[in-house]
Amino acid sequence: MHHHRPLARVPVGSTAIVSRVSGTRSVVRRLMEMGLVPGTPVTVQRTAPLGDPVELRVRNYALSIRRADALGIEVE
Amino acid sequence: MTPTVLAQGPRTRQALVLVAGNPNSGKSTVFNALSGARTRVANYPGVTIERRSATVALGGGTSIELTDLPGTYSLSARSREEQIAVESLLGRGPRRPDAILVVADATALARALYLTLEILEIGRPVVIALNMTDEAAREGISIDAARLERLTGARVVPTVASKGVGTAALKAALAEAVRTQALPQRPEVTRPPALQADLAELEAQILAERLMDRPEEARVWAQWLLLSLDHDGADELTGIPATIREAVHRIHQRGAEAGRNMDLEIIGARYALVDRLMGEVCEAPAAKRKSWTDRLDAVLTHKVGGALAFAAVMMVVFQALFSWSEPAIAAIEDAIAAVQSWVGGVMPAGPLTSLIIDGVIAGVGNVVVFVPQIALLFLFIGLLEDLGYLARAAFVIDRVMRAVGLHGKAFVPMLSGFSCAVPAVMATRTLESRTDRLLTMLVLPLTSCSARLPVYVLVTATVFGPGASVGFLSAGAVALFSMYALSVVAALVAAAVLRRTVLKGPVPALVLELPPYRMPVLRVLLRGVWQRVKTFLVDAGTVILALTIVLWALLSYPKSDVVAAQAEAERAAVAAASLADEDREARQAEIDSRESGAQLRNSVAGRIGRLMEPVIAPLGFDWRIGVGILGAFAAREVFVGTLGVVFDISDADETNEPLREVLRRATWPDGAPLMTPLAGISLMVFFVLACQCMSTVAVVKRESGGWRWPLFMVAYMTVLAYTASLLVYQVGSRLGWGLG
Repeated sequence: MHHHRPLARVPVGSTAIVSRVSGTRSVVRRLMEMGLVPGTPVTVQRTAPLGDPVELRVRNYALSIRRADALGIEVE
Repeated sequence: MTPTVLAQGPRTRQALVLVAGNPNSGKSTVFNALSGARTRVANYPGVTIERRSATVALGGGTSIELTDLPGTYSLSARSREEQIAVESLLGRGPRRPDAILVVADATALARALYLTLEILEIGRPVVIALNMTDEAAREGISIDAARLERLTGARVVPTVASKGVGTAALKAALAEAVRTQALPQRPEVTRPPALQADLAELEAQILAERLMDRPEEARVWAQWLLLSLDHDGADELTGIPATIREAVHRIHQRGAEAGRNMDLEIIGARYALVDRLMGEVCEAPAAKRKSWTDRLDAVLTHKVGGALAFAAVMMVVFQALFSWSEPAIAAIEDAIAAVQSWVGGVMPAGPLTSLIIDGVIAGVGNVVVFVPQIALLFLFIGLLEDLGYLARAAFVIDRVMRAVGLHGKAFVPMLSGFSCAVPAVMATRTLESRTDRLLTMLVLPLTSCSARLPVYVLVTATVFGPGASVGFLSAGAVALFSMYALSVVAALVAAAVLRRTVLKGPVPALVLELPPYRMPVLRVLLRGVWQRVKTFLVDAGTVILALTIVLWALLSYPKSDVVAAQAEAERAAVAAASLADEDREARQAEIDSRESGAQLRNSVAGRIGRLMEPVIAPLGFDWRIGVGILGAFAAREVFVGTLGVVFDISDADETNEPLREVLRRATWPDGAPLMTPLAGISLMVFFVLACQCMSTVAVVKRESGGWRWPLFMVAYMTVLAYTASLLVYQVGSRLGWGLG
């Protein structure tokens, strides 16, 4: 049940808990500073009309990031 | 552009209060509510980040200097701009702040608290404006402000800045913070021991090297350095001593060898405390209520609805820039012309009058004529930004823009470029990363602006007769469409190439907040528009004015006495002859046109044109077109008028039939026709791709903070234009096109 998967695979409307953030240092740092640290619940709200980027709901605000960057966010 | 020094001088010794906060937290509204109309806008020395400040009377005789910092989510930095915010807070600038005001969005308190904790670590008195409490209440969020005050050691003032709620209490809290300088116990972030040891080591070195004298600030700076410095040259931070960079590198390496993630250690420790504070002060409903924002987003970011809404909004913006600005522009042009003719009437003809009319007044006109479009564009951008739609627009279009390495937010500036590059370059300020801004402003002048249209119209009408057609389409329409297509392709290809070469590096990530939809505050919006217009008039305007005068001189001097004497003799002859009044006037006008033509051909610009001919002949242009191209640097549409003067046609515009006729009959010295269809296409291609606009150069100089990038832009666009026109004309000639 508690398997890890990238956030990009979480279906729209579902909520998961961040377990790890990896990738380019500057991107990872910015994502963590925006509140995506391990242990934080995050909901995939919707995707843009062309399928990318995605809109997340985290810490009661809406954040949009590209799928490529969402691949580095692991959730459980 | 005159960099303004941060300090106001020891003379006043006003307390300095810095305003920090997340983007979309209502920071500008709070700043405006406190400062009223007395805002000064300047640039931070050496960079183009706007620095807004105001003197604010707090009552009881106290007044403070309030300075707005760029909106940030954190204090870590990669860019010069972010570094400024940090260094101002740390007192590394000329002055240490006496207090810091943090504007926190009550609906996104956790994220605001992260920044607040960073600021509390600095060890200065802090006041928190807990803004948009009305919105938070509507969402069912309740925040215990008194408890937050006790736990953070900062004064907490609930506000609704858009309605002026809490402004008086905020002023009182600021006055007290500045007066008492009280630093109550602040919450301690629990850091892992290994990180604490690293920080202690770096802090000791900072103090030993006397880079800072207060241990608290040294500790904050140490943390900032660990989080912000990169070792592959990826950060743009300046002024950091090599010894410190080495020390940070050493600590980073040691951490990596031990398998630690230091960024997570630093950020995670703060968020652990944020979570604890949130648990104690904030109560939110478990299930989020469906808000207006959710309902609107269901349409505005929907697969079909979102695309339609995007297209509709952009069409309105474009229509406004293209058409709605037209009456104002026409009025400005009429007014300038009226002033010119009035001055011409009251002053004696001569070089001074010419300087005033064609140099100074024309130059002022060249500046003011941009104001309607700048004001309209920034009105729309401000409106869309404050409403919350600008971020959605970027969200919808990012996938397309990313393909060439551009940011989703670059769409609005690029679109505006089709109207005019000058306001469009200014609009790149909505982009956060400097690389994104530079890339956008460097390719933007390739989009075919409205000033190119008169050139296309003149050339197509000249080289393609009314009957010429391609299939069932008229040749002129096909040519016009091709020029717009070429400009789009050129801009996109240039972006892709520059991103991989000159502005190399990873494509900056899109980490974009989609703020709730909100009603804009009209006062704040209009003040923002006025500040943009003022900045343009002062900074870019002076450069445009100076360049107009230089260009006037090049096109006017030296004057030939021989030409003048001959024209005088001819005029005298016409005056003496017995002619009907109409005929006499016509003859006089003809002589005037011939005289101005001869003077222009004799001027520096005329001579440069002739010198240039060997260079531009392979493109199909003779020296007269070369002079037109030089004149067009004032503004592309001036090409038509300058060409008219060179060919002895007065008052030419693009619909002027005599000018078209003269151009059709014009030949090379060997008798070959000059304006063949092929030469016409080559000329239009040149105008699509060349940076034929000194106002664009001036505004890029202003926005990029120096001459380096505008000069690069002129160079690459000129090379591009020359090469493309050369290819068109040479390949076309070889294939035998356009000789007829």
